[in-house]
Amino acid sequence: MTSEPIRLETPLNDELCERLSVGDRVLLSGVLYTGRDAAHHRLCDAAVRGEPLPFPVQGAVIFYAGPAPAKPGAVTGSIGPTTSYRMDPFAPRLMALGLKGMIGKGRRSPEVVSAMKQYKAVYFGAIGGIAALTARCIRESAVVAYEDLGPEAIFRLVVFELPLVVINDTKGRDLYDEALKTYSRT
Amino acid sequence: MRRVREISAGTVTETLRDLFIAANLEMGRDMQDALARAAEEEESPLGRYVLQKILENMDVARKESLPLCQDTGLAVVFAEMGQEVHIVGGDFQAAVQEGVRQAYREGYLRKSLCDPLSRRNTGDNTPAVIFTEVVPGDRLKLIAMPKGGGSENMSCSAMLVPAEGKAGIVDHVVACVRKAGSNPCPPVLVGVGIGGSLEMSGVLAKKALLRPLGTANAHDERLAAMEREILEGVNRLGIGPQGYGGRVTALAVHMEMMPCHIASLPVTVNIQCHVARHREAVL
Repeated sequence: MTSEPIRLETPLNDELCERLSVGDRVLLSGVLYTGRDAAHHRLCDAAVRGEPLPFPVQGAVIFYAGPAPAKPGAVTGSIGPTTSYRMDPFAPRLMALGLKGMIGKGRRSPEVVSAMKQYKAVYFGAIGGIAALTARCIRESAVVAYEDLGPEAIFRLVVFELPLVVINDTKGRDLYDEALKTYSRT
Repeated sequence: MRRVREISAGTVTETLRDLFIAANLEMGRDMQDALARAAEEEESPLGRYVLQKILENMDVARKESLPLCQDTGLAVVFAEMGQEVHIVGGDFQAAVQEGVRQAYREGYLRKSLCDPLSRRNTGDNTPAVIFTEVVPGDRLKLIAMPKGGGSENMSCSAMLVPAEGKAGIVDHVVACVRKAGSNPCPPVLVGVGIGGSLEMSGVLAKKALLRPLGTANAHDERLAAMEREILEGVNRLGIGPQGYGGRVTALAVHMEMMPCHIASLPVTVNIQCHVARHREAVL
């Protein structure tokens, strides 16, 4: 674990992604887009049909999240990562279109890890189950697509210093594998 | 002859509304203490970092009246209905569903239920999953358990061969937690149901998650011993908080058991994330 977190701003590019390594703590600021199960279906259906996506995907970072509703006057309700493997079938296609970062929790498929190497993209872990704390990092939140999906709609978020950990870097390394090598006693 | 005791459907609704809101904002003292202990004991730096954030989140959620987790869950309700109780002024099932509906609307909780095929959100987090038991007495006990999807997805049932015995059960549970890895938001609680039928083993596993954290099975020393053995096995895996590596993969293993068919050995593992929420009230 690095002692000092790395401050990063979106949009990301090849160079920024290549500087990151497994286990790095990152404080991410800038624009993110939420997207989870149903939104990914629609995004990829749109991509297959050659239609434009509802947000600029080049350099973008997707947060696999569906927030709780905001109370009146609040920017957002509680927000945090959902388990990422369910988005694995869609992620390589989005990386091919320019997606540079994904935020979630849990292991990715070998296909997604290899796509991250190919397209120089990074997978960040956000801590699950600390959603009240995470909400403090959200400065703006607005639905930009698929409002009918409720919590699964795509929200455009502006975040400030969202605390993350690099799970998969552009070299194909995996924090979960390395953690097991260090701590397994079986 | 004992008299029938009346409880209004409206009281059932109000009680469940309050229980689901409260459960989503604050965990039980037992969970809070266990997580604080884990933060002291964890040897991995990233693991300690995660546990400190989890403790910080509990403070923020309480101070700002925000849900601990954005996944405010599928609403699971356990009702123990005394046989002398008469529900008046409405239908019991409808009263429960209305309590859930009000909690998720008025508490600004996320509506996380959808049609399994169209994936269209039901819009109000109903229907709840309701387990009702008729018991002696004139009281009604209601337990509200919001259950997150990430940990529920990592649960598993198996119809073991009886010859696999205790060792087979231990292996099955440890393998389930290993396979779940970082997905269910460790440190987890591991609920295990043994026996009954396919579905009863699942109900037992879920009920096991309601027991005060870390208390051993009080009815059967064999289960208490297996709980200790599995917890040790799971915490040797090295998955650690959030899967970032470490000693604390599970906070507790709770097992419940009932007899099963001579041909069968059903075992269900129900995994619960570190936001282990449940609240109860007795009317």
